[in-house]
Amino acid sequence: MRVPYSWLTDWVQVPWNARELGSRLTMSGFELEAIEPAAPPFSGVIVAEILSAERHPQADKLQVCRVAFGNGEPVQIVCGAANARAGLKSALAVVGAKLPGDVEIKPARLRGVQSCGMLTSARELGLAETSAGILELPPEAPVGMPLREYLNLDDEVLEVAVTPNRGDAMSIVGIAREVAVLVGETLGAPPDLPATAQGAQSTGSRVGVTGKDTHAVHLDAAAACPSFAGCIVRGVNNQAPTPIWLRERLRRAGVRSISPVVDVTNYIMLELGQPMHAYDLTKLSGDIHVRTARAGEAITLLDGKKIEPGPDVLLITDAEGPIGVAGIMGGERTAVSASTTDVFLEAAFFAPEALIGRARRWGLVTDAGQRFERGVDPSLQRRAMERAMALLLGIAGGAAGPVSLVQSAEHLPQRKAVMLRRAQLERLLGLKLPDARVASVLTALKMQVTSSAQGWEARPPAHRFDITIEADLIEEVARIVGFETIPEADACGPHRFRGLPEERAGEQVMLEALAMRGYEEAITFAFVDPALQASLFPDQAGLMLVNPIASDMSVMRVSLWPGLLRGALENQRRQQDRIRLFEHGARFIPDGQATREVDSLAAVALGPRLPEQWGLAREARVPVDFFDIKGDLEALLAASGEPESFVFEAPAAGEGLACLHPGRSARIRRHGGLVGWLGELHPSLVKSMDFTHPPVLFELQIDSLQVRRPQYREISRFPQVRRDLAIVLDEAIPLSALAERVTLVSASLLQTFRVFDVYRGPGIESGRKSVALGLIFQDISRTLTDEDVERLIASIVADLRVTLNARIRE
Amino acid sequence: MSDLTALVEQALAEIAACSDLPALDEVRVRWLGKKGALTEQLKTLGTLSAADRPAVGQRINDAKQSVQTALETRRSVLEQAAVDRQLAAGSIDITLPGRGEERGGLHPVTKARLRIEQLFRRAGFEVASGPEIEDDFHNFEALNIPPNHPARAMHDTFYFTDGRLLRTHTSPVQIRAMLEHGAPIALIAPGRVYRCDYDMTHSPMFHQLEGLVVGEGISFANMKAALHGFLQAYFEQDLAMRLRSSYFPFTEPSAEVDMSCVFCAGRGCRVCKQTGWLEVSGCGMVHPNVLQASGVDPERYTGYAFGMGIDRLAMLRYGLNDLRLAFENDLRFLRQFRAF
Repeated sequence: MRVPYSWLTDWVQVPWNARELGSRLTMSGFELEAIEPAAPPFSGVIVAEILSAERHPQADKLQVCRVAFGNGEPVQIVCGAANARAGLKSALAVVGAKLPGDVEIKPARLRGVQSCGMLTSARELGLAETSAGILELPPEAPVGMPLREYLNLDDEVLEVAVTPNRGDAMSIVGIAREVAVLVGETLGAPPDLPATAQGAQSTGSRVGVTGKDTHAVHLDAAAACPSFAGCIVRGVNNQAPTPIWLRERLRRAGVRSISPVVDVTNYIMLELGQPMHAYDLTKLSGDIHVRTARAGEAITLLDGKKIEPGPDVLLITDAEGPIGVAGIMGGERTAVSASTTDVFLEAAFFAPEALIGRARRWGLVTDAGQRFERGVDPSLQRRAMERAMALLLGIAGGAAGPVSLVQSAEHLPQRKAVMLRRAQLERLLGLKLPDARVASVLTALKMQVTSSAQGWEARPPAHRFDITIEADLIEEVARIVGFETIPEADACGPHRFRGLPEERAGEQVMLEALAMRGYEEAITFAFVDPALQASLFPDQAGLMLVNPIASDMSVMRVSLWPGLLRGALENQRRQQDRIRLFEHGARFIPDGQATREVDSLAAVALGPRLPEQWGLAREARVPVDFFDIKGDLEALLAASGEPESFVFEAPAAGEGLACLHPGRSARIRRHGGLVGWLGELHPSLVKSMDFTHPPVLFELQIDSLQVRRPQYREISRFPQVRRDLAIVLDEAIPLSALAERVTLVSASLLQTFRVFDVYRGPGIESGRKSVALGLIFQDISRTLTDEDVERLIASIVADLRVTLNARIRE
Repeated sequence: MSDLTALVEQALAEIAACSDLPALDEVRVRWLGKKGALTEQLKTLGTLSAADRPAVGQRINDAKQSVQTALETRRSVLEQAAVDRQLAAGSIDITLPGRGEERGGLHPVTKARLRIEQLFRRAGFEVASGPEIEDDFHNFEALNIPPNHPARAMHDTFYFTDGRLLRTHTSPVQIRAMLEHGAPIALIAPGRVYRCDYDMTHSPMFHQLEGLVVGEGISFANMKAALHGFLQAYFEQDLAMRLRSSYFPFTEPSAEVDMSCVFCAGRGCRVCKQTGWLEVSGCGMVHPNVLQASGVDPERYTGYAFGMGIDRLAMLRYGLNDLRLAFENDLRFLRQFRAF
């Protein structure tokens, strides 16, 4: 909301400059967003009168004017504006004047005629976007006065944010009321309107009623519209110029001047907060009814947009149908134009509930709608209409009928008294205030206050829609006495020990575990590209957003991989050859009507196994593969205290994930449940996504990382014995099967099972492989003899021969 | 017996001239070996008279002893020199980098979040979480934001076809926590939130921290103390804080929280737009309607709630100036935050 400082001080005495005022308002709930000067800097521009204007001898479009500006002899000015004419008062930039945009005025010859200065337009002075000609000032403008002084252009405009609960403050009066409370003043009667330019038939604060005609208004939906002030004015000159002071106020408030009728309605809205509408009386047919829209009814609005309002929308209608969407925008059919002479003016109260949200359906944000949605003073209509009439008749002439106010008293909002308990005030704020202070704040806010044993009863004024409960009053008191007066006090709660389940791994240690293995944590968006997700997970339909920011951010991720792969790709594009990213976050799995949010940990790695470094064995300088990442994952799983409980399974044909290499992927189970996947990206995706190396990925459900609390087991005091075995067996037999047999046969004596080589090639039949095992045996109660170990090895070998068709490689 | 003295001198000279252990051993053999020069001297004792024998024997033994001592001293010097040579030969360029994997790191927003969580935990707050896909009730209605409320326009909400939505704040967690645990309660709820807005200072996904304390006699003054205490602890600075009146549907009274700018100590700079203040949080006393919707008796309990942007706190702490950069996952960006 734009508040010209000078307009505000018309209503209330302000002891502060604009900046100080802004910071006071900020603290009390109206945040100052900006302070702007009312006009850009310029100098040497003076109110002047054109004494004569004659056609330039050499140019049809130029005139040679004699211009008086109060300081010595009139000067000769060559002017190209069509509206330059004898008798007109305008703004003269004298020689030496500096105009916005670093323009300095110098004497000049235009087509052979001397020009000592320039008659300026509003645009040239930075007072308008466009101008049709030079500035036209009213006849009473004092020749010789600097224009800045005459138009008070050293004024400042405060841009103030008004929160949605404070519709009452969306006007100059509303802000003035707040300022008055902050200053400790009371707001006086409305200031007189400045004298207008035209010879006024009627001025002053009361309207001179010169006609008797009224237009009938029926409140068919009285709950939605319980108050409607109307007034007819005939014989208006809607082409009369709006006086400069009014245009200036509109401009500073951010509203364009259109015509006297429209300008006046806007002025009243800006000043009093009462939106108004003007209809062309000759285009109205029959009585006005305020009612909800009927099925199929449509209206073309002032802006040319045609809408079908629907049954919960309040309309202003005449015999022919809708003439406006109540409180939001008028209709095209009855709009006033430059040639309009007879108008019907509306100042109504529409209930916020009847308007709220409607305008947004059609993408409309109107000044009127914003005010009605937040609450317009229901007692304001007659006063607003009378002030509008006084203004309009003064500017555009005409004869006004009486103001007719149609009301449904039972539907007018009633302000109920709200109780404020002294004890509750102190309890909620932690601040004790003298009774007199509380009462004076509430009174200053125009509430009717009565004392009671417990505290006060306060009835809010008609303009306040946001005071309905005790907390609202407490807020008002706190806001006005200032939050800075409330002390800081520690709350002393009981010291309670809360559960700290040891089975739940701390988030930080999990993330650090991956960070220590070279992964950087990424944070990617939870919505991803549906095309990418479908190419990775063709069988899983993610949840689609109705209103995504972009089409490639429109589906909720079913896995963290789309985001991580995209992140990896972007880093590859940034010439990063070694990429290791991980993320912790939710993925969203549609599950019937609901969606499961699965807290997950996922990673992607590609590029060299280790960072480039010296002294590294050649075989280490290769891209990461499945087993490197499996190692990282196992390090994480080992932190569960029960690494052997995680089982890596090769998925059967058709049961794997489509996005993974079918022969290089594993399903991870723990205690029977599926907890994650590990694998190399499918070669076709590596190709289509343009990866230079195949990425290896894993994803794990966080809740699967439950920690088994460690329990101490006795350490054997007897020596351990190691035996190495090279076992030759079929390719198809996984290590897990081999490990299972060996573990089973050696029972409790096997301390450690290691694989130190897997060999294929000369010496081994094709289709077979040799797996080198390092087995460490130890007994808890005695020293194992050579015979013990030999016997054990013999039974292992025998078992493997039978169960796995394996043999020892000699 | 002057030749004995000369012999010792000659032996000592030879010992001193030895530059390695084999040479020293040769010298030892030459003088003290079975046929060594001094050993030979002892053999001459037999030719002496019994009266002379003890004195001469003593002199020869003294001479042997002094040579023996010199040999040992020299031996330990040469041994040490040999060790030193060996060590010198085995020395390495210790400025070469170490081998193996390098450290990765946590995202700065996560670092900030974990730090914030830790600070609040130490002050007795629980860390709670809730779903990111919410329903209208928890995200809006229970928070005193009925349909069509103007405040909804401030939340550019992402919707799904069935009316569910991506939570626009972590405030729904307060509702869920109160419905589940009742009062008294002290919690924070950090998490991802979503709004359809994307520019220099807005990301469609960002991180918010919701705080809630409800108990008997919890006051605005308690809220001020908690927020000020947190900000000072988080920034490790003795900074000023001020509360400005504001409006949120779910709190009454409501306030915006400003702290003195951490970059200029409140003197005014580009970051704080010359105001000396940075807006860091919104807060207020929980609206009675919200307590009621969450099954808590507003006559018995009062409470405060606050919300703040974790990303913003991270940006201020780590000097980030573009929020979007934080979610581009550029390794050159992420690698800057490897410190614990």
